[in-house]
Amino acid sequence: MALLEVKDLEVCYGLIKAVKGVSFEVNEGEIVSLIGANGAGKTTIMHALNGIIPKSAGSVTLGGTDITGTAAHKLITMGMAQVPEGRRIFQELTVFDNLKLGYFCKKDKEEFNTKIEEMYSYFPILKERSKQIAGTLSGGEQQMLAMSRALMSSPKLLLLDEPSMGLSPLYVSTIFDMIKTVNASGTTVLLVEQNAKKALSIAHRAYVLDLGRITKTGTGTELLNDESVRAAYLGG
Amino acid sequence: MSTLIDGLSLGAIYALIALGYTMVYGIAKMLNFAHGDVIMVGAYTVFTTLMMGNGIWAKILAVVVTVVVCTVLGVCVEKCAYRPLRGASPLAVLITAIGVSYLLQGVAQISFGAKSHPVDFTIKGSVGGINYHTIVTLIVATVIMVSLTLFVNFTRTGRAMVAVSEDRAAAQLMGVNVNRIIMLTFAIGSALAACASLFYLMQIPSVSPTLGSMPGIKAFTAAVIGGIGSIPGAMIGGVVLGVIEKLALSIPVIAPYTTAIEFSFLIIVLLVKPTGLLGKKRREKV
Repeated sequence: MALLEVKDLEVCYGLIKAVKGVSFEVNEGEIVSLIGANGAGKTTIMHALNGIIPKSAGSVTLGGTDITGTAAHKLITMGMAQVPEGRRIFQELTVFDNLKLGYFCKKDKEEFNTKIEEMYSYFPILKERSKQIAGTLSGGEQQMLAMSRALMSSPKLLLLDEPSMGLSPLYVSTIFDMIKTVNASGTTVLLVEQNAKKALSIAHRAYVLDLGRITKTGTGTELLNDESVRAAYLGG
Repeated sequence: MSTLIDGLSLGAIYALIALGYTMVYGIAKMLNFAHGDVIMVGAYTVFTTLMMGNGIWAKILAVVVTVVVCTVLGVCVEKCAYRPLRGASPLAVLITAIGVSYLLQGVAQISFGAKSHPVDFTIKGSVGGINYHTIVTLIVATVIMVSLTLFVNFTRTGRAMVAVSEDRAAAQLMGVNVNRIIMLTFAIGSALAACASLFYLMQIPSVSPTLGSMPGIKAFTAAVIGGIGSIPGAMIGGVVLGVIEKLALSIPVIAPYTTAIEFSFLIIVLLVKPTGLLGKKRREKV
């Protein structure tokens, strides 16, 4: 059964329909990518999924439970965490406090300590900087922090919105390696990316989004080798 | 020396009120211009409670009742007037706040009349030229402010408040119930205003429907001087303003210009540092 199932999702900004009836599913254990150009509706779908912006039509279920109208702050307790576009870490708090907020929905002190050590072992730099104000980290470090923050709650499903945005190629590789590691340890991943080549190379399946509609779907490799996808998103 | 202590004590009152402005601004991103009138409601609550008796127990009862009434009032105002406007334009919220302010003043005027009434709530006596009530104000206000600082910096809920003030959407993604945090902020702000109204009545023993406006505006000034949105800023701004006021009042030649001096100080601070003393410049994100 699909862990996340999106049916006929529509999202409007005023009179403009940005997402026009999108359906897709993410099965347990998969990495699924949504790729598309600027303005295709990728981030809008992400915001609609986590309840930050309202959905105009359609339904979303998570593990069989209908979450179409669930309040944004309840989703993380249901096992869905997100790394938002632009990282959105708490700039004025310390690295440690950011991670602590990632565990806000739970209260088990022991599990918290285990989780935080786990994050530090993924990204040792975060341990070094744990007392530092998060706003002083470099872009790549902030992305590591944003991912760790989302993983603190041990989510079943991790939504990643443009994790490679604004990062140097070296950091992009670190982050994508991390996504594979996280997935291998049992977390299902929904990845939204402009960096289509990278996204397709790690995805089990992917959907191509264009002007608010899904135009193509297939496995990562299929789409990597697809002529029209290559021409439109992979630079020929 | 006694002028300085008087100033610190008045400043502590301003700081308590300013904290309400600054916390609500930081977390709900709105200017709650009805905040000053919560002080007025607090003062009338003391007045009403003391009509039933005037012993020490009546006064203690008045303290408790006032804090409860103001806290409930703050939460109700947030729930009824501001929450429906969540996401509306800031101007609509601002006008609503001004409306609530007039509503509260109107209700007070209908219930108690426009005249001012004397209230005997002070602690009589003095030591070394310093009134007891001044000392009580200083000590209690300091304890309140230290506790608030500890609460915001070291508790789970306090950290959630800081997270909401920095990035509401990201805080929601962490599982923070933003509506609950905003309601809590109004509750804390109003409880602080209740305390301020008690100390205010110790200094100026009378109540009138517009009693809240001047301390409200002064405290708002203090919050802006300290950098609106900043909790230590509001404390510093309040104390600085209180000391300036008492110092100016103590010099006969410039005493009539006290209010002008205070607001000029605001203008000077804003010219030199537009974000206020401890205000942060919002980083532009690329």
